[in-house]
Amino acid sequence: MAQIFPKNFNNLAKISIIVTALVVAIGGGVFNLIVIRSSYLTQAQVAIEQPIQFSHKHHVGGLGLDCRYCHTSVEDSAFAGIPPTRTCMNCHSQVWVTSPMLEPVRSSFETGKGLTWQRVHNLADFAYFNHSIHVNKGVGCSSCHGKVDQMPLMWKENTLQMEWCLQCHRNPEKVLRPKEEIFNMEWEPPADQEVKGRELAKQYNIPSKELLTSCSTCHR
Amino acid sequence: MLRVKLSIFCIFCGLFLFNACRQDMADQPSYRPLQPSNFFADGQASRPLVQGTVARGQLRDDVHLYTGKKEGQLVTTFPFTVDKTVVKRGQERFNIYCAPCHGQTGSGNGMIVQRGFKKAASYYDKEVREKSVGHYFDVITNGFGAMAGYSAQVNVRDRWAIIAYIRALQESQSGNVEPLPIETMTDFAPSGVVDPKKQNPLSGSTPKVEKKTEEKSESGGH
Ligand code: HEC
Ligand code: HEC
Ligand code: HEC
Ligand code: HEC
Ligand code: HEC
Ligand code: HEC
Repeated sequence: MAQIFPKNFNNLAKISIIVTALVVAIGGGVFNLIVIRSSYLTQAQVAIEQPIQFSHKHHVGGLGLDCRYCHTSVEDSAFAGIPPTRTCMNCHSQVWVTSPMLEPVRSSFETGKGLTWQRVHNLADFAYFNHSIHVNKGVGCSSCHGKVDQMPLMWKENTLQMEWCLQCHRNPEKVLRPKEEIFNMEWEPPADQEVKGRELAKQYNIPSKELLTSCSTCHR
Repeated sequence: MLRVKLSIFCIFCGLFLFNACRQDMADQPSYRPLQPSNFFADGQASRPLVQGTVARGQLRDDVHLYTGKKEGQLVTTFPFTVDKTVVKRGQERFNIYCAPCHGQTGSGNGMIVQRGFKKAASYYDKEVREKSVGHYFDVITNGFGAMAGYSAQVNVRDRWAIIAYIRALQESQSGNVEPLPIETMTDFAPSGVVDPKKQNPLSGSTPKVEKKTEEKSESGGH
């Protein structure tokens, strides 16, 4: 029987194995470097639709409300807290009372059934995060959540991937601010942040980089 | 030899089978705060406390501190000594929870009032100034007229701190009005010893002038 594959197909076969391996390696690299970090997969910078068009831009940027008016537990617990309908009704019992935009708030208040907000940030359950330790040690809201006062609908400013947590835990001095500035959305690091940051790290007793980047800090 | 190979093969097959029903570690069955649950009738994962539960350190037996009343009467004194740190704390909390309506100076003309809320009381009206601290506590806790209660947002100690700051505000602006009744002066003396003629120890903390007021006003009306 005549040979189906001539002899030089041996080389072709070898080359094709190498080419496939290369394609897989490069493809995997591209996937890791670009796709995994893309906003398509992480949903970073993508505004999330909510049952009510609640706007931080109007309430924080426009009216000047402090984050803690609504996120009451952010300073002393792991969870920042989402305001109950009652909090909205503090003002909306009198302001915009006839607006159809606020109908869900009013009916939720009457029936006692809470509003169902869509989560914007949601860490994997095997990672541990705590707001109070960050907020009390000089890490401001805007360092992680971006300029919330300019968001008409909430989005996630950062990916919340482990890589993102670590880039700060390796070098927290770059973002540390004085206590009065934590809730200030406009804060920018001053020119001498290097020096200031190191001073603040000492003042706040920030643990060593080894401790902050050790696995059991976040996976406990 | 064949046996060993066969058993290894079986183990691998087993692993692949189990792989299919792995638990997703990123989405564990335990609940996180405010997560919904279809197990309980009210649809919430967090359970309300059993009636009568008292958490450690939360026995509310200090009636003065928790209700602002003594034997049914509104109190005229603070339940703990008020010093500068308390007033500072009060200032911070006031600016978060009260200033939106009452304004940072306490004149009752905050941002929300400018956007159509009923005018909030001015703390400098004679009638309001002369009210006891117990009344202020009651207003913050249970609300007053058009104003809702703030018990869910402000804890008891902070409520007293806010009152101390309001007293300091009133004191700081009392230049051309009648002096506060001595009874209320006692309220924020650092250690109970008061000399009404002496300058108030807290008058250094004059209120910041309103700065947010007229800045931006985009967005439509009603
Ligand atoms: C008037 C009340 C109010 C104020 C003031 C407020 N928020 Fe919010 N916030 C909400 C509500 C309601 C939601 C849930 C709806 C949403 O995600 O937009 C929310 C959601 C968020 C979320 C996303 C939560 C999630 O689902 O992951 C972040 C982050 C946040 N707020 C940060 C802030 C910061 C920072 C400030 C201060 C600059 C602030 N908020 C001030 C009411 C408020
Ligand atoms: C401290 C007072 C206050 C609180 C608390 C408050 N709002 Fe408002 N809200 C306002 C005011 C004032 C306006 C009018 C906005 C303007 O004039 O710029 C408004 C406007 C709105 C609007 C329509 C206009 C827009 O696009 O922003 C919505 C929707 C709304 N609020 C939802 C909510 C919800 C939901 C909550 C509770 C999480 C809430 N608000 C809590 C004061 C408040
Ligand atoms: C170090 C970074 C960091 C800082 C600083 C920070 N947050 Fe967050 N925030 C997060 C992460 C991460 C999550 C998601 C937590 C989760 O899914 O369990 C989150 C979630 C939230 C949520 C949703 C509810 C919750 O707790 O899961 C709100 C609301 C919120 N943050 C508000 C704030 C406010 C207000 C501040 C400033 C006082 C603030 N955050 C400061 C990282 C941060
Ligand atoms: C912008 C900077 C920054 C980012 C981003 C950040 N952290 Fe932190 N984190 C800090 C600093 C600073 C501390 C040190 C506080 C201390 O312990 O004194 C800290 C401490 C912690 C601690 C407490 C350590 C202890 O000693 O108990 C945990 C847990 C933690 N971070 C988790 C996270 C997770 C999870 C993320 C990502 C979702 C994250 N952090 C993102 C700055 C940051
Ligand atoms: C600063 C906090 C922090 C530290 C320190 C940390 N991790 Fe993570 N890790 C996270 C977060 C947050 C996630 C979840 C990321 C996500 O949801 O995509 C994560 C995810 C992971 C994952 C799963 C990745 C995936 O794609 O699902 C592994 C594995 C992991 N970490 C291992 C480690 C190991 C090993 C160490 C120690 C060298 C470590 N982590 C230290 C915060 C941390
Ligand atoms: C949403 C707007 C709003 C906020 C926020 C608010 N108030 Fe008021 N407050 C009012 C209005 C309106 C009145 C007048 C009520 C009336 O006459 O119906 C009032 C009245 C008062 C009075 C006068 C009661 C009397 O005897 O006449 C006091 C005291 C008071 N508020 C204290 C506070 C304190 C303390 C806070 C912060 C914890 C606060 N308020 C937050 C709107 C507000």
